[in-house]
Amino acid sequence: MTIGGGPGGAWRGGMRPGAAPGGSATDARRSLARLVGRLRPERRPLLAALVLGVAAVAANVSGPWILGRATNVLFDGIISARLPLGLTRSQAVALLRAHGRGQIAQMLSTMPLTPGVGVNLPRLGSTLALAAVAYLVGSALTYGQGYLMAGVAQRSMYRLRRDVEEKLARLPLAYFDTHPHGDVLSRVTNDIDNLTTTLQQGLSQLLTSVLTIVGVLAMMLWISPLLAAIAVVTIPVAFVLTILIARRSQVHFTTQWRRTGELNAIVEESHTGHSLVQVFGRRSATSAQFDEVNGRLYRASFRAQFLSGAIQPTMQFVSNLNFVAIAVIGGYRVASGLLSLGDVTAFIQYTRQFTMPITQIAGQMNTLQSGLASAERVFEFLDASEEAADLAPRPARPGSGALSLRAISFRYDPDVALIEDLSLEVAPGETVAIVGPTGAGKTTLVNLLVRFYEIDGGHILLDGHDYRELGRDEVRRHFAMVLQDPWLFAGSVRENIAYGRPGATEEEIVAAAQAAHVDAFVRTMPDGYDTVLGDDSANLSAGQRQLLTIARAFLTDPDVLILDEATSSVDTRTEVLIQRAMAALREGRTSFVIAHRLSTIRDAHIIVVMEHGRVVEQGDHSSLLAAGGAYHRLYAAQFAGSAAEPSV
Amino acid sequence: MLWRLLRPYLSPRSGPIVLIVVMLVAQSLGNLYLPNLNADLINRGIVEGNLGYIWATGAEMLAVTLAISAVAIIGVYWASRVSMSVGADLRRDVFGAVQTFSLRDMSDFGTPSLITRNTNDVQQIQMVLQISLTMMVVAPIMMVGGMIFAIREGARLLPLLAVAVPLMVVFLAIMMSRVVPRFRVMQVKIDRITQVLREQITGVRVVRAFVRGPDEARRFDEANADLTATTLSVNRLFALMMPTMMAILNLTSVAVMWFGGRLAAEGSVSIGNLTAVLSYILQILIAVMMATMLAIMVPRAMASAERIAQVLAATPSIVDPPTARRPAHVDGAVELAGVHFRYPGSERAVLEDVTVHVAPGQISAVIGGTGSGKSTLLNLVARFLDVSAGTVRVNGLDVREQSREQLWATIGLVPQAAYLFGGTVASNLRLGAEEAGDEDLWRALAVAQASDFVSEMGGLSSPIDQGGTNVSGGQRQRLAIARALVRRPALYLFDDCFSALDAETDARLRAALPAYTGSASVLVVAQRVSTIMGADQIIVLDEGRVAGVGAHDDLMSACDPYREIVLSQLGPVA
Repeated sequence: MTIGGGPGGAWRGGMRPGAAPGGSATDARRSLARLVGRLRPERRPLLAALVLGVAAVAANVSGPWILGRATNVLFDGIISARLPLGLTRSQAVALLRAHGRGQIAQMLSTMPLTPGVGVNLPRLGSTLALAAVAYLVGSALTYGQGYLMAGVAQRSMYRLRRDVEEKLARLPLAYFDTHPHGDVLSRVTNDIDNLTTTLQQGLSQLLTSVLTIVGVLAMMLWISPLLAAIAVVTIPVAFVLTILIARRSQVHFTTQWRRTGELNAIVEESHTGHSLVQVFGRRSATSAQFDEVNGRLYRASFRAQFLSGAIQPTMQFVSNLNFVAIAVIGGYRVASGLLSLGDVTAFIQYTRQFTMPITQIAGQMNTLQSGLASAERVFEFLDASEEAADLAPRPARPGSGALSLRAISFRYDPDVALIEDLSLEVAPGETVAIVGPTGAGKTTLVNLLVRFYEIDGGHILLDGHDYRELGRDEVRRHFAMVLQDPWLFAGSVRENIAYGRPGATEEEIVAAAQAAHVDAFVRTMPDGYDTVLGDDSANLSAGQRQLLTIARAFLTDPDVLILDEATSSVDTRTEVLIQRAMAALREGRTSFVIAHRLSTIRDAHIIVVMEHGRVVEQGDHSSLLAAGGAYHRLYAAQFAGSAAEPSV
Repeated sequence: MLWRLLRPYLSPRSGPIVLIVVMLVAQSLGNLYLPNLNADLINRGIVEGNLGYIWATGAEMLAVTLAISAVAIIGVYWASRVSMSVGADLRRDVFGAVQTFSLRDMSDFGTPSLITRNTNDVQQIQMVLQISLTMMVVAPIMMVGGMIFAIREGARLLPLLAVAVPLMVVFLAIMMSRVVPRFRVMQVKIDRITQVLREQITGVRVVRAFVRGPDEARRFDEANADLTATTLSVNRLFALMMPTMMAILNLTSVAVMWFGGRLAAEGSVSIGNLTAVLSYILQILIAVMMATMLAIMVPRAMASAERIAQVLAATPSIVDPPTARRPAHVDGAVELAGVHFRYPGSERAVLEDVTVHVAPGQISAVIGGTGSGKSTLLNLVARFLDVSAGTVRVNGLDVREQSREQLWATIGLVPQAAYLFGGTVASNLRLGAEEAGDEDLWRALAVAQASDFVSEMGGLSSPIDQGGTNVSGGQRQRLAIARALVRRPALYLFDDCFSALDAETDARLRAALPAYTGSASVLVVAQRVSTIMGADQIIVLDEGRVAGVGAHDDLMSACDPYREIVLSQLGPVA
């Protein structure tokens, strides 16, 4: 099974059907409230951004109005220029009426005209200068707001990532056992990335959009309540249309992500089992399966794209409708002398400004919804129950590695006992081999020793101290473990070996590598100990990776060494060499060894045979063989079906 | 790269694409025509006080508005069709290409990377295509059209645009040149965060066992702070973009009013035209901004296109012969004659001069140290890899002369890492033999020592999770063995699949196996001597060379490496 995604780090497990966005509405609301709550440390910059935002909108919104004043100055001037010099306005109006031009007379009757005099250029200039200043101030304030909001969003996300990482350290191991790694990873990476985008884009835009709507509405009402009413009528229409479409497209988006998850599963499965698909002749069947889901994904994404793409033209339609209505009715009112031309032109600009934030809010709805789905998953992770806090660290004490297990029991699932009434005394320096069939509880036992889980009953004593009196980390400092599944991180060979003991000297690292028989092959690698291991260390064989983790344990120099199937992928001759080195290392050191190969454990001081979570036999190799019990059966099975007796 | 990748997918869709472009042009022209009508409405309706004209023009504007929306929706419909179906085709082709890959091609790319290319990268491309087909065409039309109309309305205002547009373009160019590289850096830093977290999750036991929690936290915090600093600088830079663009736009409007106003005062430009010019300038600037947004998306899509093109362009390192030959009889015989194998670019040969013969019905075992070439040998037999020199014959015929489908049809493979597919026990067992009956499955399960736990699980219809994660490692291995057995092939390849079994199960399985496999050949790779002691012949590999071939007793006396292996496992028993 491969764990992890591509170099982009996108883990696809998160988009499995169960993980598809879309919780209930109340969950979403609760997540939103909590997300807002997390912004509390940013109160001050948020408040400042809000103030700047209000000021910016005020400045930006006043711009078109001032420009409208300028249009009026222009219009007045042009009309005035057409009238004979020396007349008063009322004379001019009367003159027009006399000529049967009642309509124009009506319009002029309310205009500040000075017949015969042209455009008042100084006044035009000062009005426009004012507009320029308003716009410049507006832009500067908008920038200030954006600058602050970027800080708010990024710092909040920094804190969220930090909390999530700290949470990882406090979760009990059982959490990692019961939750697929891919899903956890997806929550702490994909979901947080998604949330960052939502917060960064959404927060700033939402704020500006709402403020702009309010500001524009205020200006419109001030200029002409009638025209404002027309514009306001179209808002609910626009909103309802948008929501109707968005709701339908949201369904298809959800389907799209679910299908993407399904397709990912097929791709992952057939790529991971590539050679099986080939040998078992499943290529065409797999392709057919892929094509079917691919087709469904296409249909869902087409519908989602089409519907969400239709929002924009719909909004544009509403916007244009508004434009036409304002132009016609406003024009009519100007002609009737009830409104100035500048007011109409300003209004037209306002309607343009008005529909833009509405479209933006509509657009943000999708982002917001998917962001909240992510927030929910992140919060769920943050709420998972934690391990009890560790005891405060104390200075390290030298230990001897004496372990005493007294009637310990442990169960994972309340109904199934994994370890039941198990007792074991291990003197310093002894080697304990744990054998038994799969599922006997061997790995569980060593996990209890390093306190990956806490025992339910009984006592474990390290050098005479009960585990309950010691901190978890304190206990672990006495151990070194080599696990079944060798874990290497992306870093140099040197860093990987020194993982358990940062600050080890070069000589110590090389000595550990030599003892684990990795020195020779490390030296054949392109950069020797500086060779950087890739994400999945694909350039190393399974055996080589195990040897590296053994070197790591060697270097740690612990009181107690645990080897859980540590050499299962190493060939037996190398294993013998390692064991010789380990024998030297085990001098004065307690060790626990789990292995299927009986040859690995024959030399142990104590062999513990486990079955169903209990110790069924305990003793050394020859006494257990002589007893003719479970160990004897296991040993005999090694050579069953073969004529050769193990006598060489 | 993006274009070269997309061209073969777009050319068969040229009909809809032409339609989309026509719709977009119509939409743009409509949007450009509206301010023109508005200008008329002001000039001839309002200024002249002609109410009838106002109503008539209003009706015309309404009609244009309706037409624009209708055209736009048709455009979006076809754009979604085209871009999403291109995405689907790309996914299909990438998947198809990977299916023809050999083992080496797979490891060259890396499985996780291939999965990302197949889904995420295609996603990037179809989104850019969607946006291109709805916006990218509009932007230049609106830009050019807006300028033409604006000039028509007031040619003498042209110098203003000549200042504003280059100003905007220069500003955007500077922004892009600063933002795009930072975006790339940001992606690297996001990857770094993901990597650190992934390691903390997958290595949670090691981190805790070695008490490295605080160091890991420090490592993460560095990456986190680093990412935050970068995103903050990118976003602050970005915050500059909109206000600056708006400032340029608005100041241009003010300038139009000033210079235009003076022209209007002279009577050379009408007020209605002035308003129209303002609208056009707005549209031009919006178009420029749209183009900018696209310009941000394109670099990412380019990177995706490159990654997809690599997969599509890769020629599989192993292909079927143009004319495949059929073996005379399928008996499972395997013959390696003078086989050499080395990975390209590697100095050391994995296999050197290996000559081995597996007669039909024989059980042959391969044993040897870590890196001695055991698995490679099996991979050559199944033609997952090709020899560098020498010949591999299966069923009496060179594997390179057979079609691989046909070769594989005769093989039952159990790989080193047992992998099960999502489904049921039965669906996994029937993987290579769809027609197998339930009793066939139970028989295979019995031989593989898996019938007990399968019954406990709830029988053949028990669900299996993808990868087989809901059963233990040993159980997974036994199901994988049963899967190969159900197929009843002429040749069984067991790649070190017995190591995960405990000794007792291993022994029972080996005892039951010969009666089941009957006349088929068996080639088994193993670590444990006890697993292979009873084989008809044992092939001992030592650093890529055959150190000995024969039965256990012969090898004990004649083959030093073999004796060493045996002694290392059994010890000099008293």
